[in-house]
Amino acid sequence: MTLAPPIPLAAPPPAEEARRERLLRGLLWFVGAFVLVSLVRVVTGAIDVDSSGALRGSLVAAVPIALAGLGGLWSERAGVVNIGLEGMLVMGALGAGYFGYHYGVVVGVLGGILLGLLGGAVHALATVVFGVDHIVSGVAINIIAPGLAAFLAKALFSDIPGGGPTQSPPPGHPPTLTIGPVADWAAELEAKHWFVISDLSAMLGALVRELSSLTIVALLLIVATAWVLWRTSLGLRLRSVGESPSAAESLGVNVYRYKIIAVLVSGSLAGLGGAYLAMVSSQGYQNGMVNGIGYIGLAAMIFGNWRPAGMLVGAALFGYTRTLQLRGGTDSLHALLLVIAVLLVVVALRQLLTGQRRRAIVTTVFGAAFLAWFLTTDSVDAAFTGMAPFLATLFVLAFASQKLRMPAADGQIYRKGSAG
Amino acid sequence: MASADAATATATATEAVRVEGITKRFPGVVANRDISFAVRAGTIHALVGENGAGKSTLMKILYGVQKPDEGTIEINGEPVSLHSPADAIVRGVGMVFQHFQLADNLTVLENVVLGAERLHGIGAAAHAEIKRISDTYGFGLDPDELVETLGVGERQRVEIVKVLYRGARIIILDEPTAVLVPQEVDALFANLRGLKKQGHTLIFISHKLDEVRAIADEITVIRRGTTVETVLPSEVTSRQLAELMVGSELPSPSTQESTVTDQVRLQLAGVEARDPFDRVLLSDIDLTVHAGEVLGIAGVEGNGQTELVEVITGMLALSAGTIRLGEHDLTRMPTRRRRELGVGVIPEDRQRYGLLLDSPLWENRILGFQTRPPAVNGVWISRGGARADTARIIEQYDVRTPGVDTRARALSGGNQQKFIVGREMAGEPQLLIAAHPTRGVDVGAQAAIWDHIRAARRDGLAVLLISADLDELIGLSDSIKVLLRGRVVGDFDPQSVTPEQLGSAMTGAGRD
Amino acid sequence: MELVRRIGLGLAAPALAFVIAAVLSTVLLVSTGADAGKFWDTMLTAPEDRNLVNIINGAAVLYLSGIAAAIGFRMGLFNIGVEGQYRIGSFAAAVVAGEAWLPGKANTLLAILAAMAAGALWAGIAGLLRVTRGVSEVIATIMLNAVAGLLVGYLVKKVGVSTGVSTNTKPIPEDGWVGGFQIFSGVTAEVRGLALLAPIAGIAFYILVNRTTFGFNLRATGQNQSAAVASGVDVKRMVVISMLLSGLVAGLIGMPTLFGDAHNYGSSFQIGLGFTGIAVALLGRNNPVGIAFAALIFAFLDDRSGLLNILAGISPEIIAVTQGLIVLAVVIAYEIVRRYRVNLEQAAVARQIVESTHEEARA
Repeated sequence: MTLAPPIPLAAPPPAEEARRERLLRGLLWFVGAFVLVSLVRVVTGAIDVDSSGALRGSLVAAVPIALAGLGGLWSERAGVVNIGLEGMLVMGALGAGYFGYHYGVVVGVLGGILLGLLGGAVHALATVVFGVDHIVSGVAINIIAPGLAAFLAKALFSDIPGGGPTQSPPPGHPPTLTIGPVADWAAELEAKHWFVISDLSAMLGALVRELSSLTIVALLLIVATAWVLWRTSLGLRLRSVGESPSAAESLGVNVYRYKIIAVLVSGSLAGLGGAYLAMVSSQGYQNGMVNGIGYIGLAAMIFGNWRPAGMLVGAALFGYTRTLQLRGGTDSLHALLLVIAVLLVVVALRQLLTGQRRRAIVTTVFGAAFLAWFLTTDSVDAAFTGMAPFLATLFVLAFASQKLRMPAADGQIYRKGSAG
Repeated sequence: MASADAATATATATEAVRVEGITKRFPGVVANRDISFAVRAGTIHALVGENGAGKSTLMKILYGVQKPDEGTIEINGEPVSLHSPADAIVRGVGMVFQHFQLADNLTVLENVVLGAERLHGIGAAAHAEIKRISDTYGFGLDPDELVETLGVGERQRVEIVKVLYRGARIIILDEPTAVLVPQEVDALFANLRGLKKQGHTLIFISHKLDEVRAIADEITVIRRGTTVETVLPSEVTSRQLAELMVGSELPSPSTQESTVTDQVRLQLAGVEARDPFDRVLLSDIDLTVHAGEVLGIAGVEGNGQTELVEVITGMLALSAGTIRLGEHDLTRMPTRRRRELGVGVIPEDRQRYGLLLDSPLWENRILGFQTRPPAVNGVWISRGGARADTARIIEQYDVRTPGVDTRARALSGGNQQKFIVGREMAGEPQLLIAAHPTRGVDVGAQAAIWDHIRAARRDGLAVLLISADLDELIGLSDSIKVLLRGRVVGDFDPQSVTPEQLGSAMTGAGRD
Repeated sequence: MELVRRIGLGLAAPALAFVIAAVLSTVLLVSTGADAGKFWDTMLTAPEDRNLVNIINGAAVLYLSGIAAAIGFRMGLFNIGVEGQYRIGSFAAAVVAGEAWLPGKANTLLAILAAMAAGALWAGIAGLLRVTRGVSEVIATIMLNAVAGLLVGYLVKKVGVSTGVSTNTKPIPEDGWVGGFQIFSGVTAEVRGLALLAPIAGIAFYILVNRTTFGFNLRATGQNQSAAVASGVDVKRMVVISMLLSGLVAGLIGMPTLFGDAHNYGSSFQIGLGFTGIAVALLGRNNPVGIAFAALIFAFLDDRSGLLNILAGISPEIIAVTQGLIVLAVVIAYEIVRRYRVNLEQAAVARQIVESTHEEARA
C-alpha cells in the first residue's frame, strides 16, 4: 500500500502541545455551556436545572459511572475489552455491603475492591491466558456475577437485622466533608437566582456540602490514572501492549503481564464503583442496583475517546441526565432541550466556518428538531433522559468516529511468540 | 550496564557472532538445517538467499524470538542461550524487523524507550539521548512526533534508533530495503556505513544481490535452509551469487517456445487508482496480455504491484481508465462477476486472501467458486461435488495431505500453494494472476508451481506474473514490465534483458 | 477410528466444562453452609412429566434466542443486542395482536410478522451503523439494548391499558391465542403451540448456514474477511443481511409466551432471555444441534431452580451461577481443545510427508 513517503502538510504539533490545546478547548466549551445553562435557567425559570441539589446528585450519580469508565479505560488501553464491568460493579457492591456491615467502612470499601478484583482476575484468566474472546468472557461474567451476588445476598443477609434476602444491612457511609460557612454563603447567593453568579455558587455549594470522601478518592484516581498511564514507564508499557503487542514483545516487554495488571486494576476500579453505589449512593447492597451503570461507564469511556478527562466529561453528563430524571424534574429536562438546541446550532456554525457544509446541515436539522420539541411540549418523559447517554454515545460514534482513537489492538487476542 | 560489557567484549573478540549447526523444524518443514557462519566484529555481513530459504527464521533465532532445536550460538566469543528478545538485548544484539514493530499511536520517544525505560527514564533525559543519536547519524527525527505521521524511511530510522538506544553493538537488519524507494536505500546505506565506522557489527539480510555487493564486507549464502558458502563481494559477480543461491535449479531463460497469440485477453488502459487520502497508488497504467502469454511485472515491493492485482480483481476501485477481459468491460464489475468471467488469482498472501485456515480443504475448494459447479449447485452447496473435485486437485497437483477433511491450517506453505493453484485452474480461467507464487514455499513445490504456470501458458491462458524474484520473472515471462511508484517505467524482453538492467529500471537508476 | 477421536475431542470440552461448573457450584454451596447433598439429589432426580413440559417450553424460547445470536456469531458479528431486539419484537407483536386488525389467526400471523420485522429493524440499525459509519456492532447493540428497554417501557405506558397494578398492552382477543398441546396424558401442562417455531428456526438455520452458498459466504466472512472479499463476497451486504436475520429470529423469542400464556406485553414479561441466548449459542458452538442440547440443559437447570428452593431450601440463584460457570468453562475448554487439535493435525500432515518421502525413496 505504501509508495513514496507521504509529504506532511505542516509540521504536526508535538503531543504535549496538542494536549494543552485540547485542554484549553475543553475549558472553553465548558464555560460556554455553563453560561448557556445559566441563561436557559433565567429564561425558562427551571431553577432545578443547575441547583446545588441537582449538581450534588449529579456528582453522586457520576462517580460510579466514572469509576466503571476508568476501569474500562485501564483495560482497553492494554487492549482488553471489558464488558464484564457491569458484573464487577455488582460484586463490588455486594462486597461493600457485607464487609462494610461487619468490619466498618474502610474494610467495606476494600472488600468491594477485592471482589471487583476477583471479577477482573476471572476476565484476565479467560482472555489473556486462555485467549478466549473478550466479549464472550465479559458476557459470561455478567451472567455469573448478578446470580452469585443474589445467591450470596440471600445466604449472608437474610438473618441480619436491617438486611433481607435481597439486600444488605446498611454498611455505613464514608465520612463526608462540609465547609459550613462557605456552604451557607453559597446557598444564600444561589437563592438570589442571579445570572451566572447564582449558578456558580450552586456549583460551589455542591462541592462544599456533604462531599463524600469516596468522591474525592474517585476524582484523585482519575488524575492518578492520567498520570500513571501517560507519565510513567508502567503506563507506557501498558499502553504499548494495547497499541502493538508484537512491537512490545519484540522489545522484551512481557505482554501478558501488563495485560493482566491492567485487567486487575480495571476490576478493582469497578469494584470500588460498586462500593460507592452501596455506601454513598444508597444504604447498602441491593439486588439489581447496578442496572446498567457498567454499560454507561463503557459508554462514557468511548464518549471520552479512551482518555481520562474525556471520560470524566462523559460520566458527568450521563450522571447529570440520570439525576434530573431521578429528581423527576420534567421542567428541568424540558429546559435542557433548549440547551441542546442552542449547542447544536453553535456546533453547526463552527462546522460551517470550517467548511463542512453537509455536516453543518445535518447538525442544524437536529438542532431545529430539538427546538421544535422544546416549543411544542411542556415536559419530557423521563425515559428519554434515560436514553440520553446511550444515544449520545451512538451519535458520537456515528458522526465523530474519525476523531475517535481507540487503542489499535483493542479487543484482539495476542499469543506469545508472535513478535516480528 | 549490560551494553558496556558487550562493548568491551567486542573490543577483544574478533568474532561478534558465531553460529554452529543451527537446526529448526516446524510441523511439516525444516526451516533451518545445520546453519553455520561467523561474523567478524565491526563489519557488515550479508546473509543472502531466496525467499523461503530460511533467513527470517534464522534471524528470529538470533534475536531470541524462537529457539533452535539444535546448534549453538556464540556472541562475542561467549556461548549463549536466548530465551526471549530481552536476552538478546542484554547481550547487545538488536534487530530491525522487516515488518516494522512500531505502535502508530505512540510518539517516536515512546516507541524508542519502551522496554528500556531504566536507561534514561521516559522524560527529558530520554528525549536528549534520542536527539543525540538522531543527530549523530543525521536521522532527523523529532522525538515528540507521532509515529503514524512518519513515512517509511523515517519509520525505519526509528527502528534503528530503538536498537542504538539500547546500546546494541550487533544489529540485525531483516530485508531493510524491501520497502524503500531508491533514494531511501541510498540514505540507509549511508547510515549503515556510519554505524560501521562507529564500530558496530551489522548483519544484513537480503535477496537483492546488487545491494548486497554494494554494502557488505562478507556474504554468506543460504540455500534451502542451510549455509552454502561465505564469499567476499569483490571476488564474485551477481551471476555467481545467484547461482550459489538457487543451486543448479537456476531457471534458464529462452528454453521455451513462444505460445503468444494475437488474441487480446486482458487490457488495461489509462488505469489510475487512489487511496482514501487521495494519494496516487497507480497512474497511467496501459498493459495488454494475450492468450498464451506470460506478462511479468517487476518492481521493488510496494511500488503498486498489490494495487495492480486489486484493481484487476475488483477489490480496489479505479479513479480513471478501463479494464477489459476479452470482450467484457470489467471496469465497474464486482469481484464475484470478474471471477465468474474467468479471472483466477494466486494471491500474494495466501493465508490471508486465499484460504479459510480453519475449514477443511473441501470447503476451501468452494472459496471463490460460490456460484459455479461442481462445488455448488444453484444456491446449494454441493458437498459431493466439492469433495470429489478436491480429491482430484490433491491427486493432480500433488498436495501432501491426509485427505479432503484436513483443515487448511495444517498444510505446509508449499502444499497450501499447490492447492490454491489447483483450485484456481479448476475454474478454467481466461486470465491467471500469479502474485509471488513461489514465495515461502519449498523448492519442490516451487518447481511444480513453475511447471503449472508454463502449462497454463501452453493451454492458451493469459498469465500476469508478479514477482520480486527476477530470475523467476526472466525464466517464465514472455515480456516484462517494470513498476515504479505506481507507474510502468520500462518494457523488457526477457530473452535479452539481464537482472542488472531490470534492477536499475526498478530503482529508477536509469532515469534520474 | 478417526471419527471416534474427533467426536471424543468434540465432547471433551463440554464434559470438562460441566465438571468444573459442578465442582465450583458445590464449593460455593458448601462454603455458604447449604446442603450440597440435597442440591445434587434435586439436580439428579429425573424430571417428572409436568417438569418435562416446562423444560420443553423453556428450551424452545432459549433455542430461538440462541439461534438469533448464532447467526451473528457464525459471521463473526457480535449481536449482543438480541435482548433489545426481543423486547422490541415482543412489544410490536403485542400491539398488533391487541389491536386485532385482522380476524382471528390471520392477525396472529400478522403480529408474528410484525415481531420479526421490528426485531430485524432494530438489529438493522446496528448493521447499518457498522457498514456506513464503521461503528462496532458490540458497542452499538449494547447501547441499543438500553435504549430498547427504555423505549418499550415508555411506549407501553403511552399505548397500554392500566390494570391498576401494572400497565400492559391491550390484551389479545381470545381468537388470536395459540393454544398448546398435551404430550403426556394425565398432565394438564401443555407445550405451547408456538414452541414449534424453535425447531422450524433451527432447521432453517441449519439449511441456510450449512447447505447454501449464502451460508458459505456467511461462514467465510466470519472466518477470514479478507479471503471472503477476495472470493467475491460483498461483506457490507452480508453484515446488514445477517444482522437483519439475527434480529428477525430475536423478534420471535417472545412469541410462544405472548400467544400461549401472557396475552399481553408489560413489565412482567421475562427479561434477560437475550443474554441467556448468547450463552446458549456459545455452549452449543453455534451449531443447531449443539444449541438444542444447550437450550435443553439451561431449561432443565431453570426448572430445577424452582424445586431447589422447595425441596432443598437452597436459593434458586445458584442456577444462574452454574449456568454462567458452564459457559465460561466451556469457552475456555473449547479454546484448549482447538489448540490441541491444530497440533494433532499438523503432526498428521508432517507424518504423511515423511511417509511419502520414504515411499519415493523406495521406488
